[in-house]
Amino acid sequence: MTETFYDVLRRQGISRRSFLKFCSLTTASLGLSPTVAPQIAHALENKPRTPVIWIEGLECTCCSESFIRSAHPLAKDAVLSLLSLDYHMTLSAAAGEQLRANAHETIEKHKGNYILAVEGNPPLNEDGMYCIYYGKPFVETLKKYAKDAKAVIAWGSCASWGCVQAAKPNPTNAVPIDKVITDKPIIKVPGCPPIAEVMTAIVTYVLTFDRIPELDRQGRPKMFYSQRIHDKCYRRPHFDAGQFVEKWDDEAARMGYCLYKVGCKGPTTYNACSTTRWNEGVSFPIQSGHGCIGCSEDGFWDKGSFYDRLTNIPAFGIEANADKVGAVAAGVVGAAVVAHAAVTAIRKASEKPGSTKPEGK
Amino acid sequence: MSIDGRDLKFPKYVWEAPVRIWHWVMALAMVVLCVTGYFIGTPLPSAPGEAIDNYLMGYMRFAHFAAGYVFAVVLLMRAYWAIVGNPFSREMFLVPVFVFRPSWWRSFFRVLGHYLFIRRDNDWHYGHNQLAMAAMFGMYLLGSLFMVVTGFALYGEGTGMGTWQYSWFSSWVIPLFGQSQDVHTWHHFGMWYLIWFTMVHLYFVIREDITSGLTVVSSMISGWRDIKN
Repeated sequence: MTETFYDVLRRQGISRRSFLKFCSLTTASLGLSPTVAPQIAHALENKPRTPVIWIEGLECTCCSESFIRSAHPLAKDAVLSLLSLDYHMTLSAAAGEQLRANAHETIEKHKGNYILAVEGNPPLNEDGMYCIYYGKPFVETLKKYAKDAKAVIAWGSCASWGCVQAAKPNPTNAVPIDKVITDKPIIKVPGCPPIAEVMTAIVTYVLTFDRIPELDRQGRPKMFYSQRIHDKCYRRPHFDAGQFVEKWDDEAARMGYCLYKVGCKGPTTYNACSTTRWNEGVSFPIQSGHGCIGCSEDGFWDKGSFYDRLTNIPAFGIEANADKVGAVAAGVVGAAVVAHAAVTAIRKASEKPGSTKPEGK
Repeated sequence: MSIDGRDLKFPKYVWEAPVRIWHWVMALAMVVLCVTGYFIGTPLPSAPGEAIDNYLMGYMRFAHFAAGYVFAVVLLMRAYWAIVGNPFSREMFLVPVFVFRPSWWRSFFRVLGHYLFIRRDNDWHYGHNQLAMAAMFGMYLLGSLFMVVTGFALYGEGTGMGTWQYSWFSSWVIPLFGQSQDVHTWHHFGMWYLIWFTMVHLYFVIREDITSGLTVVSSMISGWRDIKN
């Protein structure tokens, strides 16, 4: 466990030249200045690998599924060489008590110096009985493991915002992990799942610089969540031109026009899909013809249909969006104005001339 | 003629030039904002041809942003004038102070009684009556502030982190509402709020002009209020 990243690479037969290439590539993928590449190389050559404990609460494992598909760096490099992934229920070869003992050993040995990665979130109702971890509520494990961690990474929308299990009416009272862990720096990496390269890049950043990346007000790393999908979308010229897909099977859809009118959430979603893309940069939802559903945004399950631009307002038993409610109310106001004017006119006609002047006191 | 023991003498110079300029520039900006805003939210049918030959949404968004800046700037100018202008320029801003005065409420209910056809006669005022003041504050002023704040927050999303629009508005407004989509939804709703105000405002202005015996519409052009003969 005192082995450095560089030692591991050399052991695996990777040349120094390839190692330096990797450092440059990582620098570029993190959006850092080229002069940082030697720093990364130095850090990876000299620092012992930071242990990572990866726990899973109420979740679907899609974050892990995404993570293992990372291409830059390759997930196998990240897991086997870059970081010392001491505990991961799904990826570890060992299982049961043996694996758990490993986690406890790491916590003991690296007190205050390991990173806790949390996938999923804790449900709090019924004392946390909706998610049981080694016979105990997950929330207890989460608190225990977080106590001595250096930093906590919240993988995915579950750990960051709550996601589907926290959607209304949230029967298990699932909460984002920052409601439970309040005394540690938390890096939120939302998305359902997050982009593989974003996940590995954030881990790389933390291990290399020994600090958490710059976060925005909502706790997301600015390097990947500072722009909306819409800002860098390749279909943006069609948006600016006013060329939209109206139906999924119309000519505009075949022409690859903007999906704004069929409810694309790109303009309201902060993520790196339109630049980083998925599966080694092959594609992302909009490129394959479907609008963004805004999976990295807070409460995206509760914002109405995936195919509407506005959030529905459930009122009076019907669901309507702000524009419909506004237009109906404007009609009511208009009718009230006409009625008031009519009464005024009738009053006026029935009065004697001059009698409407105010009386002196 | 006396109201609350005050003698009213007409003609009276009520609305000073900066107030009138603000009123009409703001009204024009509001029309542009509502029309372009609606069509940004609900775009027109697609333009044919290549994307490079069209820029409809681009122009529409430009008009919306430009009118938004004008709207915000004249609102700032109006707030400044409330400090240095005549007492009538303060009416709209001081409603939160007036509500602590019983005499203000007595006048308020007299005006309300008139509009509900309970009282036949209506008080005369140099400036706004109490009901109008309350609407100006609660609907126009608060509504406009809401639109300026949410509007700049949405605009700041486009200009990006590090810009003043983002730092001053987006950085706290977006987390306050939860996420960007909620801000969009409420910004749409705010437009309708101001449209309802405008409808009622137009109706009462014309009604007062016809029935009250005082000039109203021409006063917002000349600044003077006078008894109609």
